[in-house]
Amino acid sequence: MQPGDNFEPERFELREGPLYHFEVDRREFFCALGAGVLITCLSSDAVAQTTSPQTANPRTIDARIHVADDGTVTVFSGKVEEGQGARTELAMAAAEELGVPLERVRVQLADTSLTPDDGLTAGSRTTPGTIPAVRQAAAVARGYLDAERKAKTGAPVKAPADWRLLGTGKWRTDARDIVTGAHKYPSDVAREGMLYGCVLRPPAYGATLESVDLDAARKLAGVVAVKDGDFAGCAARTSYAARKAVEALAAGARWQTAPRSSSATLFSDLREKAREKVAPLAGSTHAATFHTAYVQHAPMEPRAAVAEWQDGKLTVWTGTSNPFSVRDALVQAFHITKDKVRVIVPDFGGGCGGKHTGEAAIEAARLAKEAGKPVKVHWTRAEEFMWAYFRPAALIDASAVLNRDGVLEAWQFTNYNSGGAALQTPYRIARKQEKYVACDAPLRQGSYRALASTANNFAREAFMDELAAAAGRDPLDFRMAHLDNERIRAVLTAATERFGWARRRKEKRAPNRGIGVACGMEKNSVVAACVEIEVDPRTLTPRLLEIVEAFECGAILNPANTRSQVEGCILMGLGAALREEIQFENGRLTNGRFSAYKVTRLHDVPPKMEILLLDRRNQPSAGAGETPILAVGPAMANAMFEVTGKRVRSMPLR
Amino acid sequence: MAMIRFTVNGEPRSLETEPDRPLLEVLREDLGLTGTKYGCGEGQCRACTVLLEGRPIVSCLTPVQAAAGKKILTIEALAAGGPLHRVQQAFVDEGAMQCGYCTPGMVLRAAALLDQFPKPTEVQILAALDGSLCRCCGYPRILAAVRRAAGMTTEAAYAAR
Ligand code: FES
Ligand code: FES
Repeated sequence: MQPGDNFEPERFELREGPLYHFEVDRREFFCALGAGVLITCLSSDAVAQTTSPQTANPRTIDARIHVADDGTVTVFSGKVEEGQGARTELAMAAAEELGVPLERVRVQLADTSLTPDDGLTAGSRTTPGTIPAVRQAAAVARGYLDAERKAKTGAPVKAPADWRLLGTGKWRTDARDIVTGAHKYPSDVAREGMLYGCVLRPPAYGATLESVDLDAARKLAGVVAVKDGDFAGCAARTSYAARKAVEALAAGARWQTAPRSSSATLFSDLREKAREKVAPLAGSTHAATFHTAYVQHAPMEPRAAVAEWQDGKLTVWTGTSNPFSVRDALVQAFHITKDKVRVIVPDFGGGCGGKHTGEAAIEAARLAKEAGKPVKVHWTRAEEFMWAYFRPAALIDASAVLNRDGVLEAWQFTNYNSGGAALQTPYRIARKQEKYVACDAPLRQGSYRALASTANNFAREAFMDELAAAAGRDPLDFRMAHLDNERIRAVLTAATERFGWARRRKEKRAPNRGIGVACGMEKNSVVAACVEIEVDPRTLTPRLLEIVEAFECGAILNPANTRSQVEGCILMGLGAALREEIQFENGRLTNGRFSAYKVTRLHDVPPKMEILLLDRRNQPSAGAGETPILAVGPAMANAMFEVTGKRVRSMPLR
Repeated sequence: MAMIRFTVNGEPRSLETEPDRPLLEVLREDLGLTGTKYGCGEGQCRACTVLLEGRPIVSCLTPVQAAAGKKILTIEALAAGGPLHRVQQAFVDEGAMQCGYCTPGMVLRAAALLDQFPKPTEVQILAALDGSLCRCCGYPRILAAVRRAAGMTTEAAYAAR
């Protein structure tokens, strides 16, 4: 696979220029690790994911492996662990190639002073990008150790047929620390003399701070208060005291506000604010418009950072998928040089694609600078809802020419606002026009698990079902008739056979029940799902009773983790399908809390859930943390049609 | 300010603090017990679960004075330096964590359930854990872990639903 293949650049990343890796003095390394062998592996892959090809530095250090004389192996990677399983997978890859037990491998992740810059941890890039680099470096190290000779470049990595560790199921290597509460998440980091920070938030999006009386806070005991441009906040000995101080600031703060849009007019606003108009498809026989709502990632651990200044140097512990970019943001914010900033990312409490930025890091650092002491900032859930970025809402126009033989001849598909991931249809259609059109968005928006593919795949798969019905064909047959891609065909076949699709289509179902199917492809992995649902006849809302999902991501490195990721994706996708929808009015969120914005809960888990993993040992390994989210929403929408006879064209489904 | 005395993980503690401070913050900030997590502050996620007199509570909504004179157990003391509690062991064996941020709260909820009903039914398990959020949506593995700790087979669990 070539770097950049099947890759959707992170469209909404606020990135500045190319990244440069931070070179560490060899001596520093050996001081920390003791004598041994250090292997560095170059690759162009990490860069391909974060910068455009034109500006990319063609090669970066992708992985380092240190083998100490006592046999301890340390893998260095700039990737982060947020629950997706990178740490264990990297350890497995190194242990496999070196032929050492898993327990002998330590993994040092995301520390801008210690690890190479592997770019953003997103887009399922660790598996196809970083893992091969680690395996390569480990294979070279094995060469050294075996023969005590100079390494040759291009040492062969083990063929999947020879794997002994990779391909077997391993759970998190640090599970014990997690179940005992010993693991320190970013929000758990504590430093000597540390204060707790709280930030004065605007009452609405777009509001700017006109004036604030800092003395109102400063007269409270032990409170540090600062205003710097639009930023104002306090630090104190406890979060409680910091909150009280910010309440005192808020009471006298004056804001400049302007009218903002509301979710009631979201989709007409998007159409109005589209930066381009698209001419309708000539001769189209069918057309439909689809909507997906703004949703919030709401990772379990809200944004958190601890910042400490010492002799003009800044160290920040924070939860972000993008450590080097956060370092650069700190460099910019504080007008200091890169060597003065160190960003350390402890394994953190989830990102869901939504922690690519470093807001809390900058806030903590600003307060710490003022206080002359380390400061922790841990966002509240309400802050996380309102001030973290959202998965963009989508308005999608789809139209097609279906001929009398039930064959699709032409296809037009336009995504407004949400992005171009999985925009291209995998179906065979002679004439296609697929486009992403940017809009002036009403909310701060950014990446999400699987980016815009959730919206695009939902619209496409729901529309394919409409077209199948129009052609008088079974939804599965209609898809297969237009599908050449062997991998998608294989997952569709696996899921539908296991589900008993053909048989169950003919069976009479209990009242209010329906079945549906959908498939999808993204990030070089493929998915298909069949569902059975029950629709509440009064509220017309669905409940998922059963899902069979088949997923294939090449050679599976860690089937236990892959299965967990698939389960997690399905259930996260279920929340967006059932209920998740950010509501706002004149620039204020009206449901920015878990009691009003209902994410997936335990009682939503379907009584029957079956995952089929197709292991393709002869295919390069792809990530598993995103694509499996794509099928559940459209499959349920299609099942709802069977029950109500009405097409569902929006997510949440209704 | 008030002087609050209580027993935390078997140790008597006393501290001077505002009586309406959330217990969660006192545990994390004053006592350094960061195993108890903040997830929402509104009683909706239960990441902040601790056991008060053996019963699970949300410590984010519990003012510290409500714990005065009482016994608190946090995740740090569930295994108390010895081998893992059977719920913890089951979470490890079943890989019932992705990011793990919800895990301490889940483990304590499950441990309290098994204290009350050593052989819980599937319905009791669902009732005890519904309301605890996992944003990694690792619910299937979490359920598998609790069933394992309860000595229940997966088949039996499915049959009960
Ligand atoms: S933090 Fe207490 S219930 Fe969420
Ligand atoms: S494991 Fe991440 S929130 Fe449950």
